[in-house]
Amino acid sequence: MADLVSHPDEVKLISYRFGKGATSIDKYLELDGYSSARKAIALGPEGIIAEMKASGLRGRGGAGFPTGLKWSFVPKQAPKPKYVLVNGDESEPGTCKDRLIFEHDPHSVIEGVIIAGLAIGSKMGFIYLRGEYRYLLKIMEKAIDDAYAKGFLGKGIFGSDVDFDIVSHTGAGAYEVGEESALMESLEGKRGIPRIRPPFPAVVGLYGGPTIINNAETLATVPHIFRIGGAEYAKLGSERNGGTRLFCLSGNVAKPGVYELPMGYNLKKMIYEVGGGIPGGRSLKAVVPGGSSTPVLLPNEIDIGMDFDQVGKAGSMLGSGGVVVLDDSVCMVEFALRTMKFYQHESCGWCIPCREGTDWLKKTLTRFHAGAGVAKDIDNIRYLAQNMLGRTFCPLGDAAAMPTIAFVDKFRKEFEDHLDGKPCPYAHHPEAALAHA
Amino acid sequence: MSTAITTIFSPALAARFDRMVTLYPLRRSALIPMLLYAQDEVGCLSDDVIREVAARVEITELDVRNVLSYYSLLHTAPRGKYHVQVCTNISCMVRGGNELFDHCKKRLGIGNKQTTPDKLFSLEEVECIGACSWAPAVQVNYDFHENLTADSMDKVLDDYRTRD
Repeated sequence: MADLVSHPDEVKLISYRFGKGATSIDKYLELDGYSSARKAIALGPEGIIAEMKASGLRGRGGAGFPTGLKWSFVPKQAPKPKYVLVNGDESEPGTCKDRLIFEHDPHSVIEGVIIAGLAIGSKMGFIYLRGEYRYLLKIMEKAIDDAYAKGFLGKGIFGSDVDFDIVSHTGAGAYEVGEESALMESLEGKRGIPRIRPPFPAVVGLYGGPTIINNAETLATVPHIFRIGGAEYAKLGSERNGGTRLFCLSGNVAKPGVYELPMGYNLKKMIYEVGGGIPGGRSLKAVVPGGSSTPVLLPNEIDIGMDFDQVGKAGSMLGSGGVVVLDDSVCMVEFALRTMKFYQHESCGWCIPCREGTDWLKKTLTRFHAGAGVAKDIDNIRYLAQNMLGRTFCPLGDAAAMPTIAFVDKFRKEFEDHLDGKPCPYAHHPEAALAHA
Repeated sequence: MSTAITTIFSPALAARFDRMVTLYPLRRSALIPMLLYAQDEVGCLSDDVIREVAARVEITELDVRNVLSYYSLLHTAPRGKYHVQVCTNISCMVRGGNELFDHCKKRLGIGNKQTTPDKLFSLEEVECIGACSWAPAVQVNYDFHENLTADSMDKVLDDYRTRD
């Protein structure tokens, strides 16, 4: 099933409890669990935020916003209650890491939420899991119950005068709900349509009150930062990109799996050494570095360190850590089409450039891949995608447009090879890619 | 809503729903979990389900329908006992996801979003389910089945069939 893998280059900071039965609260306590929450109570809000800033932790959901800075935006005084919201809606294609945290170390998320709550003066946290992660929700529910039973949640946590409650919550199938403002809308019982920003959630969030929303991996990392110290955490990574992160290696690679590697780890090394290279005698054609929303990289562009800044400089994004490796049997036009089908399906429909743009791209790429494309389609695809950028309430439009631009720019020849009714050069025998053994 | 009022749900589920609306600062937050759990028990979001959920959450039935139409796990029409969800998104696609979906269509004799005549299986092509490193992958109801081949997929279907 969701098997665990390992490689000597891993730095097992947040994954060191995986496979050790840490869903049991007693085991979690044995493995240094809940000591950071106690430390945080003693440190107080300013101390907590200072340590978070020192760690250099940046959001692990995709955007990479500095976590300590985000927490510091919450006003000290606020007329409405404040909340902590865990984004466990993991749905970015290529991403399967939060799943392992929920499965093997749910208490680390709970502990992270408690620390975040202490930092901002919140009394309530929500852990939102995507609907498809039902078995993980059950694990999380038990972990929360166990934490209450031990007095780590509820009234006077850890014997302090702080009250803190956590409620777990299921989604029901929607990628867009992973966008932080759509997540809040969904938690409030509505369609997952994003909100205009400003105001940002740290000031006006859930139920109108200040809210910090963080990805599950980000919050799971928090207790470890207090366990080893912010500065120590920062040192594990690269400049301005502290720590380690979970990378999900998938696609045409010999050893797919979720690996915890330092920020800044070389992508080429990741594919060929950690991932074992491309199997079946094939060669590398392209890599999607951080989930389907990130522009594709060519083989001559992968000699880069995987952190937010270096991948940004290379014209793409670190994103969600979903590293999808493509070999030379993949048709990039079909890949672009499948990507657009996804965004068209998941677009919430609110903003015209996204709703109409993803729909047009899907229809045009469908016609194009089927052999009915004309030369000017290629430039039109790029032109339309370009005009979607920055014109929507949320980044879903950009997430569809930026990869499209990269597909056209980097694989124009492949698009041209589909013109004039020519059959797809990569059309394979049905079931050829699906093993029978 | 008091448990004394007629409910179409089992006593355990009705009690769970009674509690659920008190967990959140606003009642309405219980809506989506309530719909999904109601669907799990009843099989689909029938008119009766929608009516009772609307009453419990204290919003209109139209509002409930407006919300449920957004979420892809929620459905008003019945499905098979075992809903086979095949991912064909990027990581699964390059490891045979499309072929796996075609294989399932052939084996079950139905197409996308259809149900077998004996109502045992329904089939759906779905978006990324979070099993990318163990692709190609399928969910049947809430269970994950991963690292699939045509043969192991056949075994998965046979296992569900014999369960019945």
